[in-house]
This record gives sequence, structure tokens and C-alpha cells, in this order.
Amino acid sequence: MPTTVDPIVTRRIGIPESWTLRAYLADGGYEALRRALTMSAEDVQQEVDEANLLGRGGAGFPAGRKWSMLRKAEPVYLVVNGDESEPATFKDHMLIEQDPHAIVEGALITAKAIGAARVFIYVRGEFALGIERMTQAVNEAYEHGAIGYDIFGSGFSVDVVVHPGAGAYICGDETALLESLEGKRGFPRIKPPYYPAVIGLYGAPTVVNNVETMANIPWIITNGGDAFAALGESQATGTRLFAVAGHVNRPGNYEVELAKNSFRDLLYDPRYGGGIRGGKSLKAFIPGGASSFWFGPERIDFPLDESKVKNEAGSMLGSGSVIAMDESTCMVRASWRLVRFYSRESCGQCTPCREGSNWLEKIMYRLESGAGRIEDLDLLVDVCDNISPGVGWPSKFPPAMTTICPLGPSIPPPIISALGMFRDEFLVHIKDGACPYD
Amino acid sequence: MARLTKENEARARATIALYPQARSALVPLLHLVQEQDGNLTTDGMAHVAELLELTPAEVYGTASFYDMFFMHPVGRYLVSVCTNIACMLQGGYDLLDHAEESLGISAGATTDDGVFTLEEVECIGLCGNAPCLAVNWRFFGDVTHSDFDGLVDDLRAGRLADTVPPHGTLSRVQRAVGLLADTPPKPAAAKKATTARKAGKKA
Repeated sequence: MPTTVDPIVTRRIGIPESWTLRAYLADGGYEALRRALTMSAEDVQQEVDEANLLGRGGAGFPAGRKWSMLRKAEPVYLVVNGDESEPATFKDHMLIEQDPHAIVEGALITAKAIGAARVFIYVRGEFALGIERMTQAVNEAYEHGAIGYDIFGSGFSVDVVVHPGAGAYICGDETALLESLEGKRGFPRIKPPYYPAVIGLYGAPTVVNNVETMANIPWIITNGGDAFAALGESQATGTRLFAVAGHVNRPGNYEVELAKNSFRDLLYDPRYGGGIRGGKSLKAFIPGGASSFWFGPERIDFPLDESKVKNEAGSMLGSGSVIAMDESTCMVRASWRLVRFYSRESCGQCTPCREGSNWLEKIMYRLESGAGRIEDLDLLVDVCDNISPGVGWPSKFPPAMTTICPLGPSIPPPIISALGMFRDEFLVHIKDGACPYD
Repeated sequence: MARLTKENEARARATIALYPQARSALVPLLHLVQEQDGNLTTDGMAHVAELLELTPAEVYGTASFYDMFFMHPVGRYLVSVCTNIACMLQGGYDLLDHAEESLGISAGATTDDGVFTLEEVECIGLCGNAPCLAVNWRFFGDVTHSDFDGLVDDLRAGRLADTVPPHGTLSRVQRAVGLLADTPPKPAAAKKATTARKAGKKA
């Protein structure tokens, strides 16, 4: 049964003009910042450590630990990653448009904790309304005295700059995002050894945090890290915003308590996905964004717990998107469409990804359009293995990689999953010389 | 087809001042060129290169990486139809087919009158309202075929001028202040912020 808890990041969604300072202040906005400014940087960090807030962008790294890994040097930068572009993920988009002040306040508290004098909020370029709302929120926060010189008379000074992207999925990778913010092509940087905490923006120590991560911070400061950690179980603490898409009756963003709720709750509960559209049956679902390995209906009761999904089921919660596909879905076509996305978005730095994604797309298109050959199935696996050595079904986490960034190993999951679960559909395409769903 | 106007050059300089290194302003300045000219003109890019002390090749090299920048003229309305997984599952390709038929052009092309450019895009993050599209990056969800036709009519008739600015205009809200962290407030700064807030409200 789904649990019911008070929402953290969606509590203001639906309030009239929720994006304005007036609405935010009426809901107690910027009180957490005032409180954080009376605390020491260590104490702020301590609260977030206790909360065990895992980054909500996709990699799931603990936010507090990311902060504590900063190289001791001046200046320090905070960069907020609002470049959400993972297919079927639309939660940050909503937060940026509907509740920008929560992101700004979370960023200001984080800036205080890490000693950053300048914050950059990188918003995906396509989110035009989001950029407008975020710019307005920053303008209002300056006027309110929450940003600028000696904020709220605390002695702490900070600037916030809203930076628009210009259309490139790869810039969601934090090092590609930093390159982009430096005015360059969004080529991910080689790491390890030097993560942004050591060498980040302009070579300075930098924290890059996702917008949903930031939106949780004010609540954690107001209610305490222990209150956040009391939600969920073990390492899966707090709530998380899930973007439910595809063949459900009520696609949308739903905030649920981690670990104590399952994929079934997200897809079937009347408050959330509301069941599969048209009374059809669920064929498969993608549990954590386009880059994750697929699940069949037998995994529907699996809990929303990142470490369990990774260690026991070989996939991930990733970007927080759950995509339901009903019995009428052609799995070859679904797989092809996702591979096509990666072939378009590969930045081109690494050969396995640049060449692999393009050849995989061509082979998948050939299969879907009925011109495929039986040898293509082994060829697909072979190319996938060159991108992510050892990749196979059932899947394992983490995938190996031969590329600089995780875009490479994100390409095989839709192919390996479709082949692993629905090999018969590939065979029908080959045998009939056409897509049986057309 | 020109260098930045005096007013836009002033906006460009104010943007550059927000960053520790000028080159960081490159993408925002390219958006500014696209807002002024509708696409990235050679003269506009050359002007940006001058302002940032970069070579035109460095500017072009960065600009060509990003999907939102066009090096050729596009229609007054850029219609971007999503066909990625969530939209595909909810009829995104049917919508694209309908858009092509309705506008009489293939994805990637511009209508003869220069009003519409149609493109097929990757996920634009409105999957709760699939199938969806954007016009000049203003989003429309749950788009039926008749919705699409109505949208095209409204755009042609100028009925959506408040919602959809011309192609290239990313944000109608401008930053109201420069960097203030090192500057104790002065009365003049407070007045400036008030004016900007009014401008923001109007937008």
C-alpha cells in the first residue's frame, strides 16, 4: 500500500502564482535561509549529511558528501543543474516553472554551507518559461535582500546568475555542463581523478547539484536532517519526485516516500498513474529514465529504493522517470526510438559512443522496418559490448564503460532489454519482413 | 542581418559582466543574436566574437554544437514536435505526420511564406501531456490534430502574440541587477530593482 506523507518539493505546486515571491513568502519562504544564515557552515552541512539526501539528478550521490569533498581553495562555485533532458523525465521542468524560489533558496543555503560567493543556475535552453520564471525569481530575491551584499544582514554575500543552455542532452552531465557554462561545446571532461569538487568551473572547486536536490534543502534546514532521514528506509531517505509517463491513465509528476512505495503504487494508485490506459495490460516499464534497463511486470512490486534497484535488479531509479508500455507497444520500435535519441545526442568525443550509437540506430531501424537479418541480433550485442563490455541480460549495475561519460553505457539498455525480454518480437520482424504492429 | 544594435550591445556587455570569464557569456550572447535576427547571422556572430575577444571560428564552433541555434533563416514560428518515447507511445508520430500534411512541408523545412518552420525534436519534457510540441519554445500539451490546426490558425492570425514571441526570443524577463555581492547597497540600486520588478510583472 502506498504511504501518505506531506509533500516536500511539491507542496506549493497548484497554489495560484506559486512561482512569485509573494506566494513563496506566504508559505514561509526564505525562513530556512534566515535560519541557515545563523548557523555555522559545518552545522548546515551536518543537517544535510544526516538527511542522507541523495542527488536527485540521476547519479544518486549523497549531496552532503559532495559538498565535503571540495578542495580547499578560493573561490568556490555552486552550479545548479537544471538541464533536465532525459527522455520522459519532466519533474525538474515543473519545479523550475512552478517553484523557482525553492530552488533559489536551496541554492543560497548550499552556497552558505560551502562558502560559494557565486551561484550559477543552468536552465535547459528549451525551458523558455522556466528561464523567465527563474530570472524573475532571482530578481525578486535580490530585491527582497535574499541575494546580494550582506544578505539579511548576516554578513554573507552572494550573487546568483541564471544561465540558459541551448539544446544538448549531453550538458546534463555535470562536467559537460561546466564546459558549456564556460562557453564551449558540451564535451564531458575525463574523470576520475579530478571531479568538479577538485577542478570544476574555471578550474576552481565546484559543487554541481540538481534542482530537485536544491528544492529539498530548505525543508531539511527547517525540519532537520533527522526528520528527512525518518522518511523512507535505510539509504533511501526522504521523498522523491517521479515523472510517470507512457500508457497510464494519469501521466504526471508524483512525489512519494522512497522505499515504502513500489512501482505498482506509482503506475496503478488512483492518486498517481491510475492504472494502464484502456484497461490494457502492462507489457514492460522503464524504471529510471531512458538510460535504465527495463523491467517486466514481474518487477512491479519492487520498492522505490535506489540501492535495491541497482544491486538486486540490475537497473536504476536514475532520472526519476517511469515509463509504462502496454501490450500494444512494439518493443523493437520503442527500443529503436531510444537508440535514435542517443545517436543524435552523442557528443562525438569517444569512438565507441559516436560510431556505436549511429550503427546501432541503423541496425535497429533496419529490424523495425522489416529489412533486418538474423545475424543482426548478434551484431547488436557485439556493438553494445564494445560500448559497455560485459553488458548482457539479466543486467548488472553499474555498467562497464569505454567512454568518458555515462552516455555511452546508456545506449545498450534499451537494446539489451528488448532483446532479453522480447527476442521473439525481433524474430517476427525478421521473418515477416515487416513490423507486426503496423 | 546585422551586428548587435546599440541597445543589444549594452545588454551583451551587462551579461558579460556577470561572469568571471567573458567566454561564459557566449551562449547567452548567441541567444541575443538569435533574438535580434531570428537566427545566427554571420555578422551577429562576428560581433559576439569581438565582444568576447574570440575568433569567429571559436564562436561558430561552439554555436554549431547546440540544437537551438540556426545558421540559416527559420520561420517566424518554429514548431517543434516531440516524437521521443513518451510522445511516441501517445501518438507523437501521428501528430508529426499531421503537422507535415497540414503545413504542407516536411520536418526541417519552412513554409513558402516564411511563417512556419517545422522540426522533429527529442524529448522536451512535457511528457505528462503527451503528445506535445513547442512553438518558439512555448509549450503546448495534449495536442490533438484539431488542436494543431487551431493553433496554426491562431498563430497566423496573431492571436497568440502574448504567449508566443517571435523566434529567437528566449526570455522576456531580463535580469534587473548586476553583481551585488561586493557592493554595499546604494539608493540608486534600490530604485533600479523596483523598476525591473514592474517590468518583470508585466512579462
